[in-house]
Amino acid sequence: MACSHHPEPEPSDLPLPIPWLGKPGPVAALDLAPARAASPTRPTTTVVETTAPASPNPVEKIVPPTAPPKREPPKKTRSKKKKRPGSGIPARPIIRYLVWARRFAQAGFLGLFLFLLCNTAFRGTFSASSETPVRLPYPVEGFLLADPFVAAMTLLSTHAVYRGLAWSLGIVALTLVFGRVFCGWICPFGTLHHFFAWIFPSRYVRGKQRVEANRTHYWQAAKYYLMVAFLAAAVAGSAIGGLLDPICVAVRAIGLGVLPALQYLGIRSANVIADTNVRALQTASDASQDFLSRSVWTPNQLYFHQTWFIVVLFVAILFMNRIVPRFWCRALCPLGAFLGVISRFSLFGMEKDHSKCTDCNLCIVHCQGADSPQGGVKHRQDECHMCLNCEAACPEDVIKFRFLPNRKGTTSVPDLERRTVVATAAAGALAIPAFRIAGWPDRGYSEKVIRPPGAVEEREFLDRCIRCAECMKVCPNNALHPAFFEAGVEGLWTPILIPRIGYCEFSCVLCGQVCPTGAIQKITEKEKMGVGQKPIAMGTAMYDQGRCLPWAMGTPCIVCEEFCPTSPKAIWAEEVEVPKREGHYDKKGEQPKMLTVKLKRPHVDPNLCVGCGACEKVCPIVDKPAVYVTNAGETRSKSNVILLENTSYNRTG
Amino acid sequence: MPGPVSRREAVGRIAAASAVLGGAALLTRARFDRGGYDVAALGGQRQVRNFASPPVSALPMMAIAKSSTDPAVLARRAVDALGGMHRFVSRGDVVAVKPNIGWDRLPVHAANTNPLVVAEVVKMAFDAGASRVVVTDASCNEPNRCFQRSGIWRAAHDVGATVILPAAHRFREIRMKGDVLDQWPIYTPLVNADKVINVPVAKHHNLSKYTAAMKNWYGILGGRRNRLHQSIDVSIADLATFMRPTLTVVDATRVLMRNGPQGGNIDDAEDVHQVIASIDQVAADAYGCTLIGQKPENLGYLKLARERGIGEVDWASLPHVEV
Repeated sequence: MACSHHPEPEPSDLPLPIPWLGKPGPVAALDLAPARAASPTRPTTTVVETTAPASPNPVEKIVPPTAPPKREPPKKTRSKKKKRPGSGIPARPIIRYLVWARRFAQAGFLGLFLFLLCNTAFRGTFSASSETPVRLPYPVEGFLLADPFVAAMTLLSTHAVYRGLAWSLGIVALTLVFGRVFCGWICPFGTLHHFFAWIFPSRYVRGKQRVEANRTHYWQAAKYYLMVAFLAAAVAGSAIGGLLDPICVAVRAIGLGVLPALQYLGIRSANVIADTNVRALQTASDASQDFLSRSVWTPNQLYFHQTWFIVVLFVAILFMNRIVPRFWCRALCPLGAFLGVISRFSLFGMEKDHSKCTDCNLCIVHCQGADSPQGGVKHRQDECHMCLNCEAACPEDVIKFRFLPNRKGTTSVPDLERRTVVATAAAGALAIPAFRIAGWPDRGYSEKVIRPPGAVEEREFLDRCIRCAECMKVCPNNALHPAFFEAGVEGLWTPILIPRIGYCEFSCVLCGQVCPTGAIQKITEKEKMGVGQKPIAMGTAMYDQGRCLPWAMGTPCIVCEEFCPTSPKAIWAEEVEVPKREGHYDKKGEQPKMLTVKLKRPHVDPNLCVGCGACEKVCPIVDKPAVYVTNAGETRSKSNVILLENTSYNRTG
Repeated sequence: MPGPVSRREAVGRIAAASAVLGGAALLTRARFDRGGYDVAALGGQRQVRNFASPPVSALPMMAIAKSSTDPAVLARRAVDALGGMHRFVSRGDVVAVKPNIGWDRLPVHAANTNPLVVAEVVKMAFDAGASRVVVTDASCNEPNRCFQRSGIWRAAHDVGATVILPAAHRFREIRMKGDVLDQWPIYTPLVNADKVINVPVAKHHNLSKYTAAMKNWYGILGGRRNRLHQSIDVSIADLATFMRPTLTVVDATRVLMRNGPQGGNIDDAEDVHQVIASIDQVAADAYGCTLIGQKPENLGYLKLARERGIGEVDWASLPHVEV
């Protein structure tokens, strides 16, 4: 066997080769003795014949497997009372408490996240007077503010730390003390994966397969490369990394997909119950729907443009937990990678006594981060989620978590190849110019990309927007939507106003309130509505006179004027008398009579129009409205201006 | 191995097959949907939700309160002049109060009903013995904003009313069989009540010139109301035909004179300091339009109301008082 080439074992902290990779050669960063790394071709658990549970001679420990793979289960020599599998020695009480504390923390933070997500919606209250400004009572974007990856990206792209993002220093500090506790204890998305891996494990990934799945894999380095690419993209001027930031993914998928879908089911079931005509059922259904519409979702059904794509990816990534537990956290999460990089300085960590390890693999079975907790190999601190399951499961006191551990059994630097790091950084930095020369936003400025009120100029906007979907979730009129490819590939899931689905409420500034990065500024109502100053315009309404009822069909309408929120109204109506053919054809062979009708025909005043889209929303032509908003004349742009008179910025009002 | 089927088994199988067929037939009979033109051809009378209180010969049908500047005092005086709320609300009644909470505007903009008037009506209803007073409206703008910023949510809640915000599950399709309003989603809290009190605000409207009582019933409609503007007068008349309130209390304390129905500019509204209580919603509108300088004969929906016999356009001919 290959193992026979091995030189004599060296001191106790030398790791065993990693057999599960199924290929020869050095295993990155785990291995201090490359010469010994030739591994068995068959993935198998390391077989060690322990002479005694606490062997004083660690050298015996790392004798590689030479015996046939069949082996006896480890002998239990100590307690008869089974507190945990294996030896029966219970873990240290503090660890048992901490594991439960972690579970409560995870449940609590997931609950908090969902609470904040459900409350990312304005819910009025009877206790507020009419003059109370409409603001959210909770810091619903809190998890994003505490996200150091978001802070790092926007720092690199804007060279500034925007307001609340300074909170992310708290998570950085926590990581420097305790390692990646954010991943194991706090991250709501991580908790979701933890939960799904626990509740829906594949029946094909049990026992040995699960152990194999939980070993450290080379592809876990992917998240570091992704992080590097995203940070390089940020330097190149795009916070596109938000596409894969776990908090952004969670808000986007749950807020824009899962919750509206549940709402749809809820309303559908309410309608079915209403049809039963059983009074008691209807009352109960109305009461529960009232409660849900005021706590979990909103009174009206929400729709989100092309949100299926977000949901499909979300379901796929949750599904991966069946095969590889916490696949997202291990392989893709750039925030985890970011914390992994700084966790090398952490003061708290694992200490291993390899000599005591019986290779029972219980630690691996329960491992969340796939960080090699087992004896004989180096622990990967940068991968460890600090869930403490390994120590709680370890029957032989091999694993101990403590402050300032000896690092002999640990490697804390991510296992990366310098060339790949350089290559991914270059790819990230070059992707942005590649996207931009493909069109958006320098050329081919799409008329559909109507940014929220208070959004900064488009290039600066792309510097900042992390696609977290907070603005879309909070929008009371369901006006903001994740762009599909309207704003190019780079603009995927950035917010756009789709007035046909919902218009921008004139006095509402909630999207700016929840934006964690300042892509939408925290404007006031006065700034938005233009009290004593120029109002903020997102675009301008245009009439399609071939479709407009008064213009094309001699039919009165002007709902657009009724809904126009500015004062004076940006839509004004001209009274005309026009000929109209009578609509009834009773007498055969005769031409219909010509009538004269009095009509009001709408016009837009581009100086007053703020592009809120109320007119487009209420236009009774359902399929393609007769009045529609484009981003022409948006105040955030100095070039996308219609009227020459508006190019002077000295003017106020 | 499988021999001939036993008689017992054969009977059992035949019975099972028959049961499945019979069950399917029964289900089909129970849930048979004729569909198509048969449904559309169902004609018939216009539907009416009649909550109206009959005229009493000794009491006026309309009262115009203009002797105060306090909206609450005006509302109480107007209703008292009709004989007090006891005339309209009995002990134990569930009363639906329908203010105009259509727009995300402050009380000073006069686009929604004055919260003080709404609160006073709620108070009077409770004083008359109402077991529950529901205050609600299907808003045009986002409901949370409209209810909070109009001040009506707080004012109504403070006097004990149940404030319901419109939500999708509260709308049910109802056939009104009007000329333009046939089948439409109706906001149920406003029709599932013993008594309905309409508390509109008088204001200018760009299309129908002046609106208050009759147009306020737009707030019982869900769906795409925007299509109705092509025939706004007929749709208003259809709604007023469908909804016959117990009492109408028109808030004309501050009236939007132009830029209606939303306003938004404080200068668009003027203090008029009047509240009109009426058991005839048509008469209330006929009088109200004079407050913004309109004439009843210029309003198309009033003409239709007279044709349909919903109420009296010549309000001066009704027994009325000014207090």
